[in-house]
Amino acid sequence: MFNAQLVCVHVGARTQKKEEKIQGILKEGPTTKNEVKVLFQTGSPVDVILDVCQKENVDLLILGALQKENIYKYYIGSIARKLTRNAPCSVLLLIKHSIVRVPCNHIVVNGLKDPKTAETIDTSFYVAQAIGCKRITIVEEIMQSEIDVKINDDTSLRRATIAKERISNREDIRVKDLLNCIDEDKKEGISIKTQSIFGKRGYSIGHYARVVRADLLIMNAPNKTNLLDRIFPHDIEYILSELPTDVLIVK
Amino acid sequence: MEDLPKNIFSGFVVSLIALPLGLGLAIASEAPPIAGIISAVVSGVMVAILGGSNVTITGPGNGLVVVLLSAITTLALGDIHQGFLYTLAAIVISGGFMLVLGFLRMGILSDFFPSSAIQGMLAAIGIGIFAKQFHVMLGYASIQGNTVDLLLKIPDTLLNFFTNSNKSTFTAGEVGIVSLLIMIYYPKIRNRIFQLIPAPMWIVVLTVGMSYYFNFISPYDYPIDKALLISIPENVLSNLAFPDFRKIFDMDFVNVVIAITLVSSIESLLSVKAVDKLDPLRRRSNINQDLKALGFATMISGFLGGLNVVTVIARSSVNVNNGATNRSSNFFHAGFLLIFVLLFQNQLRMIPLPALAAILVFTGYKLAAPKNIAKIFKIGKEQLLIFLTTLLVTIFTNLITGIICGIAITFVIHIVLKKSIFFFTRNVLKPNVLMFKEADEKQNYYVSVVNFCSFLNYSKLKSKLDQIPENQDVIVDFSRCSFVDHTVMENLNNYIQSFNSKGGHFEVIGLDLHGAHTGHPFALRRISATKRIASRNLTKRQKSLKAIAKDFHWTYRPIRKKPFEFLKEFSYFETKNIDKIKNVLKNDKCTLFDVIYTEGEFIAKQVIRSTMIHIQLDSPPPQFTLDREGMFEYIYHLAGYDDLDIEGHPDFSKRFFLYGNNKKEIEKFFTDELVLFFESNTYYHIKSGPNGLLILHKERLASVKEIKAMGDFATRLLKIIEKNNSIK
Repeated sequence: MFNAQLVCVHVGARTQKKEEKIQGILKEGPTTKNEVKVLFQTGSPVDVILDVCQKENVDLLILGALQKENIYKYYIGSIARKLTRNAPCSVLLLIKHSIVRVPCNHIVVNGLKDPKTAETIDTSFYVAQAIGCKRITIVEEIMQSEIDVKINDDTSLRRATIAKERISNREDIRVKDLLNCIDEDKKEGISIKTQSIFGKRGYSIGHYARVVRADLLIMNAPNKTNLLDRIFPHDIEYILSELPTDVLIVK
Repeated sequence: MEDLPKNIFSGFVVSLIALPLGLGLAIASEAPPIAGIISAVVSGVMVAILGGSNVTITGPGNGLVVVLLSAITTLALGDIHQGFLYTLAAIVISGGFMLVLGFLRMGILSDFFPSSAIQGMLAAIGIGIFAKQFHVMLGYASIQGNTVDLLLKIPDTLLNFFTNSNKSTFTAGEVGIVSLLIMIYYPKIRNRIFQLIPAPMWIVVLTVGMSYYFNFISPYDYPIDKALLISIPENVLSNLAFPDFRKIFDMDFVNVVIAITLVSSIESLLSVKAVDKLDPLRRRSNINQDLKALGFATMISGFLGGLNVVTVIARSSVNVNNGATNRSSNFFHAGFLLIFVLLFQNQLRMIPLPALAAILVFTGYKLAAPKNIAKIFKIGKEQLLIFLTTLLVTIFTNLITGIICGIAITFVIHIVLKKSIFFFTRNVLKPNVLMFKEADEKQNYYVSVVNFCSFLNYSKLKSKLDQIPENQDVIVDFSRCSFVDHTVMENLNNYIQSFNSKGGHFEVIGLDLHGAHTGHPFALRRISATKRIASRNLTKRQKSLKAIAKDFHWTYRPIRKKPFEFLKEFSYFETKNIDKIKNVLKNDKCTLFDVIYTEGEFIAKQVIRSTMIHIQLDSPPPQFTLDREGMFEYIYHLAGYDDLDIEGHPDFSKRFFLYGNNKKEIEKFFTDELVLFFESNTYYHIKSGPNGLLILHKERLASVKEIKAMGDFATRLLKIIEKNNSIK
């Protein structure tokens, strides 16, 4: 689909049985132009995968993940999360892996005011064209603090409503500008919508994706996070703790 | 400005109530009677100038009586006067705390208390007042003890009263009982002149009149002993008490400060909320501003020897009923009070304590009326348990322990009902509310809540809802939220009322699947495995649907066992599993229903809830799908179909997507009239099947308002199509 080479990594010792199994799986799948490379390596999963990413110059890391972390904390809780945080490339977290391909019909992209956003939106159009998705919604999350009016009574409520209106118009224009920079042929055949939502950054977009039943959520890569961010989660941490849908993190 | 006379008048009427109440509440707390008046006067002036609410009246409150009484009697180990001075210090400090709470914008604090626990606390306060004042009402002012002792002594007092009391006590008791009867029967007497003076003032007027009668006309002496009359210092202005701050680091003292701050904040915030609903001009109060003003007023009042200040609901509602429009009425109420006290000092000294006690017995009874308990039982057994726990713990220990136990038991009950503690602990700190404006022409506000919504995280929902102007349309969707408690349901009902009164529309959807143990609209609701509960108690939405069905002569059934056959005929449902059909409204040819269906399987499975209408047609329509550009969230893959243009209607073709394969048939079907109908009405997504049309709403349940619109749309559409068919 993307004309890319697939690299499969299995963390663990190479055995005959495992190899046969993997080859069997690959045979069932659609044939690709480029040869599939299967690597076997032992070690801690996070380190091995990160290492391979670096060595092989990987552009996109695909991980299976489970929706809620508490159930299989081990997997998404440590490995997938750690990988997501540290991977040098873009990461695609799949929660809805199924044998029959479910068509992806609706992509939700973040439209944060961030230098990375332009690239993220550009990527999402590229992905949309590649997988034949017909709808993209760009969500501008506006933080409460930006409104700068504390709502106490009718007067301040009116002021806050006007301020919100103004911010969402401004955000709309900003996103429109970003959209204008994208090639027309990339946008062809895709219906584009923008939606401003007010709420906790990172959290609201996941909730929104659930409400509109998006098939793929595309987000900016987070800045470096530390322990404090995990205790007081924000942005991408919310998404990671409860994946609303398949998530692509663009780096 | 032109409202000034109205406000002066209502201020006057309120002062008539505030005078006896102020004296009575102060006496009930064992404080000097004048302390209550000082508090009302100070707060009236200060809050009128600095406050953030509009038609509230401030002054000494019922809720504080119990706290202040125990503080005054215990802080100085029984020395009432010294205890009062310590308590004044506590009042000043708690005023400071309230001021800080106001600056920290902690007005939301009151949202963290479960409403049944607050009810229990208020009832406990009511019982406390009742137990103490009942003895005073019968002329036995000196009986001491805690609430339980006092309650147990009531039969003794009654017995003493009828058998061996002296003349003074007996007369005083008679005055008390007559006063109580006035309080009880006052609302039942419908005489305009009689109703001009509020009941408490009648009691004051009558007892003062009685005193004059004995002084000037009757040959007998005034039969009530001096000890049972109100004592007011000779010169009101010069004999002010001053707080004593020596004990401020004692644990007892700190507890008193906390209790006073807690009760006065909660009482004030609840009152402000309640009064806002009465406001004829539908304004929203600035609660934080009010909290600051109340705190400041409390500090001043404490320094001048007055009780602390809260917003009081009874006096405020009298204020509204007498035509008050702004804060100046509070100011005038204070002014009139001051005038009364300065001019009528001698007359006030004639009021017997039992008369004032009667007023308080009545208030206490109102707070703890058995009627309230019955009301709570109707909401649910678990609410009664919360209520009784808070009530009993408060009576047997103290107020703070009581409310803490109330909160704890509420949480435990939630865990038991949900059968999971992790469900709450895992999600309590997560944001759970999303709000956005829907991107269609109606611009509804859509609020979606996930996980659970209870008193623990209600403030998150509230802060979102408070951002919506009350003249807008709001839909709150709980379909992704599996637990909603009574506190939230009750508060949402307040929103429904305030939106209705300000011309907006507030609707709650997605609760139809949640089970409730009682039919009460505020009952706690949760998703449960047993379907039996869910079907028995209808939600508010379901009740409205039933009412609509009756109005329009449709039939209504809340649950349908099997899905409709006709749904299978639509290609849209070929790949979907219909899970449940609910809330079926049906007339001759149209069937409106909520449908819950799933798409995909296993992990890819998605549950979709939607509202649809099916119209049965006599002659089969051509295959088509009608939609507006960018409007619709349903995904359709109609490869090979083109967007058809209807000739002669360029505007229609531009605004709508019309898909179909038989162009001729479709053009015949879309007559000019039908095109005009679609152009001039709300957009829906319409699909045709072999035997009828399916009209789809958004991918969420429709609100009652939207359902009405859909029903109307369908009937009119049916009429036009039938007319066209008959022409053909």
